[in-house]
Amino acid sequence: MKRYDVIVIGGGPAGLSAAISARRSGADSVLILERDSEPGGILNQCIHNGFGLHTFQEELTGPEYAARFIAQAEELQIPCKLNTMVLDISPSSDGLKTVTAMNRQEGLLRLCANSIVLAMGCRERPRGALNIPGFRPAGIYTAGTAQRLVNMEGFLPGKEVVILGSGDIGLIMARRMTLEGARVKVVAELQPYSGGLQRNIVQCLEDYDIPLKLSHTVVDIHGRDRVTGVTLARVDADGKPIPGTQELIPCDTLLLSCGLLPENELSDKLGVTLSPVTGGPEVNESLETNVPGVFACGNVLHVHDLVDYVSEEAQRAGFYAARHAAACKAAISRKETLSGPDGPAQTADNDITLPLRPEGGIRYTVPQAIRPAHMEETLLVRFRVGAVYTDCAITVWLGNRCLVKMKKTKVVPGEMQQLVLKKADLQDAKASDPIVVKLEEASHGNS
Amino acid sequence: MYDVIIIGAGVTGCAIARELSRYQLNILVLEKEEDVCCGTSKANSAVIHAGHDALPGTLKAKFNVAGNAMMDSLSEELDFPFRRNGSLVLCFEESRLPDLQELLERGRQNGVPGLRIVTGGEMKAIEPNLSDEVKALLYCPTGGIVCPFLMTIALAENAFTNGVSFRFDAKVSRIAALTTDSSQDPTVPGWRIETAAGEVFETRSVVNAAGVYADVFNNMVSARKLSITPRRGEYQLLDKKAGNLISHTIFQLPGALGKGVLVTPTIHGNLMIGPTAEDLTDKEAVNTTAEGLAQVFARGRLSVPDLPTKLTITSFAGLRASEAGKDFVLGEAPDAPGFFNCAGIESPGLSAAPAIGVFLSQQIAEYLNADKKETFQATRRGIPRIADASDEELAALLAKNPAYGNVICRCETVTEGEIIDAIRRPLGARSLDGVKRRVRAGMGRCQAGFCSPKVMEILERELQMDPLSVSKHGAGSELLTGTTGKGLTGKGEGQ
Repeated sequence: MKRYDVIVIGGGPAGLSAAISARRSGADSVLILERDSEPGGILNQCIHNGFGLHTFQEELTGPEYAARFIAQAEELQIPCKLNTMVLDISPSSDGLKTVTAMNRQEGLLRLCANSIVLAMGCRERPRGALNIPGFRPAGIYTAGTAQRLVNMEGFLPGKEVVILGSGDIGLIMARRMTLEGARVKVVAELQPYSGGLQRNIVQCLEDYDIPLKLSHTVVDIHGRDRVTGVTLARVDADGKPIPGTQELIPCDTLLLSCGLLPENELSDKLGVTLSPVTGGPEVNESLETNVPGVFACGNVLHVHDLVDYVSEEAQRAGFYAARHAAACKAAISRKETLSGPDGPAQTADNDITLPLRPEGGIRYTVPQAIRPAHMEETLLVRFRVGAVYTDCAITVWLGNRCLVKMKKTKVVPGEMQQLVLKKADLQDAKASDPIVVKLEEASHGNS
Repeated sequence: MYDVIIIGAGVTGCAIARELSRYQLNILVLEKEEDVCCGTSKANSAVIHAGHDALPGTLKAKFNVAGNAMMDSLSEELDFPFRRNGSLVLCFEESRLPDLQELLERGRQNGVPGLRIVTGGEMKAIEPNLSDEVKALLYCPTGGIVCPFLMTIALAENAFTNGVSFRFDAKVSRIAALTTDSSQDPTVPGWRIETAAGEVFETRSVVNAAGVYADVFNNMVSARKLSITPRRGEYQLLDKKAGNLISHTIFQLPGALGKGVLVTPTIHGNLMIGPTAEDLTDKEAVNTTAEGLAQVFARGRLSVPDLPTKLTITSFAGLRASEAGKDFVLGEAPDAPGFFNCAGIESPGLSAAPAIGVFLSQQIAEYLNADKKETFQATRRGIPRIADASDEELAALLAKNPAYGNVICRCETVTEGEIIDAIRRPLGARSLDGVKRRVRAGMGRCQAGFCSPKVMEILERELQMDPLSVSKHGAGSELLTGTTGKGLTGKGEGQ
């Protein structure tokens, strides 16, 4: 069986960045497995600009952003197997993980690696999962599927469009469909606020006079063969349709942009613990899951707003994956018999794990736990809030000691937040002391 | 002149076609949709009932039990998935125990083997996630689950292989007796069938297997009128992650809350809950409703409290063809010689279909005085399923066609090779839904979000179609409305 230091599952922005970082951090053999026909992932269909402002201080399109990473991977001669679907990842002896994959050229492949980086991305929530009643005609697409059809295949999926959900892909597609000559009649959003970035609301809806109806949802889909219309209704504070507010909107297409779901079927089968909040693996400061040597980054870990953050996060995952692989190899060469089935034993005197506990308006944090002994001098923690808050403070507590306090004029669920923890602050923490991340609000509104 | 024209390519129409193909007869199946299995046969509980439900002496009871007994050999002969997972009927009130006992007696009278009433701790030993409120249950070991699509497709393919012709997109609009020159002739020499598109067919006999429309066709030729009410049933289908929650098909003893809903694993490993029961007049009303979908979950929870609402991957509705007489209507109409009804096929129609096929084919063969043919080919092999293949089987398939290595549908692990098979086979798929029913591409948790552009491309390539004519389920359900580059962005320049 071919053996690698690091196998990266997925060749999108997360996978590319992780592989590059792993290689640069000293991993000799790194392999990317990608199911599509080219690397780059969903960036390939994101032909709009706005990518890379943080990473490259310039505005790139999705394919341009991907191309920079693809070029680096090529320069480092990182092999990438395309059109290759990973079917299974399972632990084998000596802490190695076996990856079963398949493609047209080589058939069934079994490969093994010291470290695995999960970078499979996410999928869109489909109509069925939203439980929208009505008929099941042609003309109902998730926004991402429509984006692929338009931008990669060159086809228009419809002419008269209603969009449910104001996530970023939905907003981008409202503009895209308009530019292609379709008429976007309305974007409806169940929540009293948009889940997308403010700049997208301005540039994709307001600039094209496309109405955004907050606190609205689709309650019926009409048309046996092709969509002929949808019924919209206003919803109450619990998201329940309010009787008497129904409005029939004739259209031939319904696009859905109602949330992204990290795609963790492989992780789940491998025994990785998943967070019920993010849908992604629970990880520690090294972005390592509960399965030693298995790391996660990008949208498979938690759904990001900006690809720049994905690249940064994946870079860290790649670094730790390489370090784990090196430690495995060192342990084996030192004394093969001593290395247990889970790779090198990592027992330091102060090897305690501190859980990060989100409270108040904080929905989740990534990572979910920190081992101070293993962290760098500082650690970036990302999180999201559960509603719109203005004039609030984000605080971090260890016992009754406040480690961080950040004032915010406005935080929204659609935008990922971040804070920095210092290793020095956690030196004398006791085992099982939670680090509490809190949102303290001055006012709370749905503005 | 055909010997037999069968109206409707649902599971009973196809079962009859397959059984009739044992005889030296010229047979045609007319179907208004673009594929087999497009009506009631595609939207039901996918359950093979044990046979305790129907009243003794009814056709439903007789053919349910007979059909159930045929399933092992039929599924093997025709290579479609079927499993006897056993079914349970739950009783939630002490006061209703006599009703459960009556169901047991009824089942025994109907000839259902192995029935017994279970109480106490054994109930949870059989099905650990049952509600604590269950007081007793009827255990039915012969209950089973099946893939209704693959069962219908298998019957149709085998009929086709044995010489039966199929005509799709052929909606029958008129049926009339062929007139004879001598009006004294008491026998009708045959029937003239017209389609909406204006095609005319002549046939010596007709099988009316038209589902919710069977009353319409019967009433064109017979004074003994039928009346079929479309009774809508809504369902929710859950992710395979929930598939192991239960292992049996779990019914509720009909009671104050109506007939109750069932919770069952599907043969492919999902979990299904439903159906509601709502009498309608519109025979095309296969839409779901907010009330119905909510009801499905609320009632399913009575049996299995842990049903996870967040794992729904799709919901759908089907229409049962409920005849006023409350029983199947099988056989020659008394005043229309050579016109055979197969009407009112509501539950347990799927279970009964194989036995109905045998029964009606014998009647028709007798009427037509037909002989069996020696060339009948009883077996048929299905499309290989890569997700279930062993390493050795996979290696053999890959050697034959490398496309079996190219996974198109990631959720259900369906390869390009399987999709090509689905299209190229006899009576092959011509639409996204046709592919989905044959090989499950798009049937998984992302509901075709990722694979539909790829499946569309394969359909277009294999059938040499214009991309804009690729459809979800036939004419009128085209998936694309145009090409890019004609809007505001440029003059013919695609972006």
